[in-house]
Amino acid sequence: MKREESRTMTAKDIKEQYKKFIGRKIFFVFFFAALIIIISGVSTTLGSYPITVKEVYSIIWRGSITILQNLDFIIFHGVREFSREYFTTEEIVVWQLRLPRIFLGIIAGIGLGLAGAVMQAILRNPLASPYTLGISSGAGFGASLAILAGAGIVGGKYLIIGNAFVFALLVSFIILALLSRKGATPETMILAGIAMMYLFGAMTTILQYFGEAEAVKEAVFWMVGDLNRASWPVVTIILGVLACCAPLLMLKSWDLNVMGAGDETAKSLGVNVKRIRVITMVVSTLLVATIVCFTGTIGFIGLVAPYMTRLAIGGDNKYVLPVSGLLGAVILISADLVARRIIAPVILPVGAVTAFMGAPLFLYLIMRRRREYW
Amino acid sequence: MKLKVNNVEFGYNSTSVLENISMDLDRSEVVGIVGPNGAGKSTLIRCIDRILTPRGGIILLDGNNISKMTRMEIAKEMGYVPQTTTRVFPATVFDTVLMGRRPHLGWKSSEEDIDKVLEVLELLGIMEFAMRDFNEISGGQQQKVLIARALAQEADILLLDEPTSNLDIRHQLEVMDIMKGIVKRKGISAIVAIHDLNLASRYTDKLLMMNGGRIFAAGNPESVLTVENIRRAYGVEALVKSDGERPYIIPVRPV
Repeated sequence: MKREESRTMTAKDIKEQYKKFIGRKIFFVFFFAALIIIISGVSTTLGSYPITVKEVYSIIWRGSITILQNLDFIIFHGVREFSREYFTTEEIVVWQLRLPRIFLGIIAGIGLGLAGAVMQAILRNPLASPYTLGISSGAGFGASLAILAGAGIVGGKYLIIGNAFVFALLVSFIILALLSRKGATPETMILAGIAMMYLFGAMTTILQYFGEAEAVKEAVFWMVGDLNRASWPVVTIILGVLACCAPLLMLKSWDLNVMGAGDETAKSLGVNVKRIRVITMVVSTLLVATIVCFTGTIGFIGLVAPYMTRLAIGGDNKYVLPVSGLLGAVILISADLVARRIIAPVILPVGAVTAFMGAPLFLYLIMRRRREYW
Repeated sequence: MKLKVNNVEFGYNSTSVLENISMDLDRSEVVGIVGPNGAGKSTLIRCIDRILTPRGGIILLDGNNISKMTRMEIAKEMGYVPQTTTRVFPATVFDTVLMGRRPHLGWKSSEEDIDKVLEVLELLGIMEFAMRDFNEISGGQQQKVLIARALAQEADILLLDEPTSNLDIRHQLEVMDIMKGIVKRKGISAIVAIHDLNLASRYTDKLLMMNGGRIFAAGNPESVLTVENIRRAYGVEALVKSDGERPYIIPVRPV
């Protein structure tokens, strides 16, 4: 009888521990969300026009209300007319110049962190990321093709973006086509991705080799990745795609967990492994392609955000996906903050700054880890 | 009849792995599959769980053809226990067992699932490892966790693929005892691919001896584990003794 009692105690203890562990994961969701709000606030104050952090939040608060109250005016007369009519100079600086950039940073970071986590989960490999799967290289080649070979043919302003988007998707379809062959393993896909990265890298180099100096410079600048092309329409487009993709990926998080135990186990637990892999791969590539065609290649986030997330909260994808997304946003907007301040008024490309700041931290974490897994 | 395997064939391209395999599994029965390396033991188990799709033949589960069932329907009926696997990404023992609840619900796990997991952990005596990482515990414990996952699945049939191959003798006995005990208590059934002929003899009701993708001998352990069968299937000269109930085998030398 006594023994029975002590047993139920353990069950209760474990349940408590389990709940505590979940609490820890939820804490990180709120922690990073709060961090994003704080860094955004600080980041908005930076620039030639002086504004304090407090003013920033109140401008955003008041502005949001004004916008909601005058939605009909914006629809009929456009954003520009609206801000001239209703906003002070300060408000215009915040809403028109600074916030689009910060919002782009947040949603691009979320998208890249999330997509990285999903790709690592479906391929069971910490090396998987939009960059190492060649998706970014595809986008880079598409943009170079537009800038270097397409220069003067179509002057359209969507040529570069469209090209980057199409080639990013093309790479993932090639990888998926390889995947649908019999006997293709996650390792094959990683290797195929790296091969794509080399292939499109080489094609870009050849284009550059024959390109005009100015155009080559432009293409190189495009590929480094930055947030300079931010505007409300761009933010809206990416936000729309993110709003469609993120819930879809989150819904599959339990299946991704099960697939982490191996394809055979996943099948025996009722998961249609191939279908889940194709769906999540297509959805996350779509997300990445949409982001990368506006920002250029920001490579590091998709690799480090999931890694750091698993280090902090373990491998349950139900939490890894959202936390990795939020952490991606934190990394990107802090890197952007540094990129804008460090040798102001020159703005360094944020893609380079992320890697420059992130790589030493990443190395430190890798060397320090005591456990066997990633 | 719980499960009926009829003339199942499997192969990759031109190489045939399984030929003409037929077997029956009754309720509350443990069927062992023995045979040398490469005989097709694991392949047969994977075909039964439809992890692999047979080239020919038919497998009936409660009279239903499994090739016409969805993965989810099969997962509710059969639980697969692989040989110990290492995970790339971390997962606690608790979360690993919780995965067994996957066939029964959608995105969210409920309080009931958590209790179910705790119950299974208790049953296998691995409660204390619940919050440890799966990769950090020993091979014997890992094997118990994988069995726990199949039990959390609430399957009617357990399919175990060499559950004792990496374990010390104590864990071998523990794992087989747990398996046998659960089968008898819950009235479920089990198919066990196993290398150790003595464990097979001791813990199974029926034995299937495979060789080269075919069934070489089938029946109760006594009729299958004979000097002649072991010599022809394994190429090993062995002594077969009996304790009056079950045969036990002492391998002597390869022939």
